[in-house]
Amino acid sequence: MSTTIETHVGSPRRRVDGRLKVTGAARYAGEVAAPGLLHGYVVSGMIAKGRITAIDTAAAEAVPGVVKIFTHANRPNVPGGDADYQDMVAPPGQPFRPLFNDRILYSGQPVALVVAEDFGTARHAASLVNVRIEAEPHETDLDRLRESAYVPPEKREGIAPPPEPRGNADAAFAASPMRVQNEYRIASEHHNPMEPHASTVIWEGGGRITVHDKIQGVKNSHDYITAVFGLPPDDVRVISPFVGGAFGIGLRPQYQLFLAVMAALDLERSVRVELTREQMFTFGYRPGTINAVAVGANPDGKLQAIRHAAVAGTSSFEEYQEVVVNWSGLLYHCDNIALNYRIARLDTYTPADMRAPGAPLGVFAIESAIDELSYALKIDPLELRLNNYADTDENAGKPFSSRELRAACRQGAERFGWSKRQPEPRSMRAGRELVGWGMATGIWEAMMMPHSARATLTADGKLELACATADIGTGTYTILTQIAADSLGLRMEDVTTRLGDTSLPEAPVEGGSWTAASAGSAVHLACEKLRQTLFQHARGMNASPLANASFEHVQFRDGRIDLRTAPSEGVSIVDVLRAAGLDRIEEQETAAPNAETKAKFSQYTHSAVFAEVRVDEQLGVVRVTRIVDAVAAGKIINPKTARSQIIGGVVFGLGMALHEESMLDHKLGRFMNRNLAEYHVPANADVPEIDVIFVDEHDDKANPLGVKGLGEIGIVGTAAAIANAIFHATGKRVRSLPITIDKLIE
Amino acid sequence: MNRFSYARPDDLAEAVQASAAQAGNRVIAGGTNLIDLMKYNVERPAHLIDITRLPGLDRIEPTPNGGLRIGALVTNSTVAYDDRIAARYKLLASAILAGASPQLRNAATTGGNLLQRTRCYYFYDSATACNKREPGSGCPAIGGLNRIHAILGTSEHCIATHPSDMCVALAALAATVHVTGPTGDRAIPFADFHRLPGDRPDRDTTLEHGEIVTAVELPPESFTTHHTYLKLRDRLSYAFALVSVAAALDLDGDTVRTARIALGGVAHKPWRIPAAEDALSGQPATAESFARAAETLLSGAQGRGHNDFKIGLARQAILRALQQAAAGTPQSQTDKRIR
Ligand SMILES: Cc1cc2nc3c(=O)[nH]c(=O)nc-3n(C[C@H](O)[C@H](O)[C@H](O)COP(=O)(O)OP(=O)(O)OC[C@H]3O[C@@H](n4cnc5c(N)ncnc54)[C@H](O)[C@@H]3O)c2cc1C
Ligand code: SF4
Repeated sequence: MSTTIETHVGSPRRRVDGRLKVTGAARYAGEVAAPGLLHGYVVSGMIAKGRITAIDTAAAEAVPGVVKIFTHANRPNVPGGDADYQDMVAPPGQPFRPLFNDRILYSGQPVALVVAEDFGTARHAASLVNVRIEAEPHETDLDRLRESAYVPPEKREGIAPPPEPRGNADAAFAASPMRVQNEYRIASEHHNPMEPHASTVIWEGGGRITVHDKIQGVKNSHDYITAVFGLPPDDVRVISPFVGGAFGIGLRPQYQLFLAVMAALDLERSVRVELTREQMFTFGYRPGTINAVAVGANPDGKLQAIRHAAVAGTSSFEEYQEVVVNWSGLLYHCDNIALNYRIARLDTYTPADMRAPGAPLGVFAIESAIDELSYALKIDPLELRLNNYADTDENAGKPFSSRELRAACRQGAERFGWSKRQPEPRSMRAGRELVGWGMATGIWEAMMMPHSARATLTADGKLELACATADIGTGTYTILTQIAADSLGLRMEDVTTRLGDTSLPEAPVEGGSWTAASAGSAVHLACEKLRQTLFQHARGMNASPLANASFEHVQFRDGRIDLRTAPSEGVSIVDVLRAAGLDRIEEQETAAPNAETKAKFSQYTHSAVFAEVRVDEQLGVVRVTRIVDAVAAGKIINPKTARSQIIGGVVFGLGMALHEESMLDHKLGRFMNRNLAEYHVPANADVPEIDVIFVDEHDDKANPLGVKGLGEIGIVGTAAAIANAIFHATGKRVRSLPITIDKLIE
Repeated sequence: MNRFSYARPDDLAEAVQASAAQAGNRVIAGGTNLIDLMKYNVERPAHLIDITRLPGLDRIEPTPNGGLRIGALVTNSTVAYDDRIAARYKLLASAILAGASPQLRNAATTGGNLLQRTRCYYFYDSATACNKREPGSGCPAIGGLNRIHAILGTSEHCIATHPSDMCVALAALAATVHVTGPTGDRAIPFADFHRLPGDRPDRDTTLEHGEIVTAVELPPESFTTHHTYLKLRDRLSYAFALVSVAAALDLDGDTVRTARIALGGVAHKPWRIPAAEDALSGQPATAESFARAAETLLSGAQGRGHNDFKIGLARQAILRALQQAAAGTPQSQTDKRIR
């Protein structure tokens, strides 16, 4: 293989789509215009369980401008059967079917769609629709359903169930001289991306539609629509080039997509359905989770037993699952481990993957428990962790492809100044405030998915990259551009990247932090192929200076192919195309994880998070004043966008620690703080300086690029580190997130 | 949101007449609260009267007795950064800057801030019962989610709070609200402007049907040296108060001459107990005196479960605020460290 000169990869680069975004030129799903566009407004049912007995639409229908009101009673038949509602990310069960019948399954369920000539009319008419629901007893309180929680019989694809127990955790715990046993809780959260869910369906005539959808993977929407509505695949094109944040709530097609497509096909007109902020609280959420953790150790700090059992909610119709407890078996070496994960059926919508689904919940629990143990043992919490470091994946009995967690701990501690920490709680002060230093580690899977990409070089020496994946704000456009520019020796300005369109080479959903590895590898392969093709043409040119060179002997740089040993001898790629009489060279490749390495090695990213808090104890006010997050995530393609990802993740974790909580009124079975004034995410004032360290980590096994993904690791250990810092400051252990004023002063 | 007609009169009398014409008519100023309530179908006005072009209500003017008169349309930002306010009525400026966000403060008006409605979750959810929204339908916050609700002056009909920060300072400063209505002009002492819920929680204020707020008058006494606005909330910025305290002292050495204390986030109106203030007069400015004041201010406080913590929090907040005021080290609204 000829060498790639890394001009862009590994260097901080601005987002190539940044200008489009800040100037408003980037168009989102709810912003696309179409002639004669109709607007749909969703009427939400406000009972948690029951049966619709009547929907009176007369007053709404009488409003001038209303085109049609769809309910379960009059909706067009859809050919798709129950199973056709499944999507690529669906957990086991029967996905929610909008306007399917008179059953009410959760509060906030869409019960009608008012379609009108303009949005204002639709919204006004929607307020006149009178829905009568006969309520039945419901249950949304996980505490009350805890006893009925069960181990999901059917496993969700891609979600590893807890490993088999190792040793005898109960006996070892009972025999441990030092024991910590507690319950740790995390509140339900909603994703709340800035961009609300929206679908604009353009009626192209003849049954064909183009759908602009807010989705983290256009194929998922496409396959859902074609299956449910029985449409030929080629009649549906789904586009989603920009996503205004998603955090997982854009993985599955949501009900506005069904409703917009249904209305467009029925009315044979273009239709947009956009949800309100309040309606953003009427589907997936991060499930509130209760963790029971027991850790036992010898006086020297050697872990003897870990028991971690989690209970989380799901809906009455699907068995949502995420990885909550497995992390406890991965972070530490321990011979006696019992991990258990159960779910309980609540009368809410199905929970949804939310940034690092499961991980920050389980990690908050285990990393709080380990912190508690460190105080019981009087051993520094960092040292305790390093003393019990797991060198291999003991859950799977495999080595890690790479694991620089130890280095992350050391470098993070160094930067933070951890060695200056006074071990006793309440021992550090600044003026009136108590100062607390806490830390925790984080872990997330480093995954790769089969992924295709196309690279097209045109006669003007410009390259176009294309694949269907989404950039949900993470910087995918930018890193793919960097990879291709380096591969072919082009300037980044000469590379255009197109994403988020089902007419482009296939991609999985954008999630799990696998996109850099997957799309990046596919782009890398396609460009590699293109290099070889170009090289063949270059060698065949008249009097080519490369005629006798082999591929290993050339380099691609500054738009040229030159001999590595004599960089002035070579040809420009524009000349290569011209000589070959080609107006373009196009290569498409599919990258897939290597099954053999996957079977042999476990692949994870890691982090060590250090937090400083200052607490006004009398008033219960917590200020997070410093965070250092040292991340080991393989190769970093773009330190600038990478840092932004980690900062975003840390802020998410800070929100989990101190602010975010979707509050259920169990009598009503409904989330009540359904707006951003009352659902609190961190404000600027809450976010301190966040110091991100990328630890050198060489991984030649994870994927051809050696990258591991960064979208999720930032959140994972953060909440635990902050909670641990609050304990260090105050001596008060809060085991229930978010840590609000009331929990600190009570 | 319902359909409504809209008018933008340029004459106060016309606006008052239009406002009084029909029960469902609403005046709109900055719209930062009313529009939200309309989107939630909590307010369904038949007719909106946009008062933002009424002449003369957008000024801050000195009054003959040495106070200031703030027109109802002056925005919260303009008030906070007005030279005279920033120099003398620092307590008011501070309270305003503790609220909402810069964007909201730029749009929100003085009159609108007074008349903003509670943030009770149930009030916002037109699919639930709520005595404030629909008298007689019930109060699901009692026995429901009531972490943000009132601990003082509640009734079995409603336990909502008034959410304003600005009003807490205005209460402490003993401002006067000037209104014009179908029957003429009135001047309402601030303490009488907002109401307790009693059996009419649908009425937030004593404003009569059709009356429009024209100005808020600040008396000359401005407590420029010893004051503070201390706000405790669920994040360090941009959240409504769980508990807030506006404290203002006039000191003679270490002895309190006059004290003003108003609490926010704890009642249906800014909470002031003159007896607590009077009892401080002539007392040393010490923690003991302040604790007694807190006791009086909070006597009869009642939690409803989730909000029980507010009683203890309010006590601590009163103590701290009075200490800040006495020391002449008012709480900064930008440096989030509590002094
Ligand atoms: C997300 C968010 C956060 C906020 N946070 C805070 C906070 O932390 N602290 C805080 O104090 N406030 C906060 N606010 C509230 C904000 O201060 C108010 O919305 C604002 O002051 C209302 O003023 P306005 O001019 O926009 O009123 P409008 O919305 O125009 O009107 C509000 C009400 O007052 C009536 N009205 C307006 N002017 C007059 C008048 N002259 N005479 C008679 N009636 C009148 C209207 O009919 C309406 O009923 C927040 C608001 C939002 C949306
Ligand atoms: S507290 Fe008041 S506003 Fe809230 S639900 Fe009860 S009556 Fe309505």
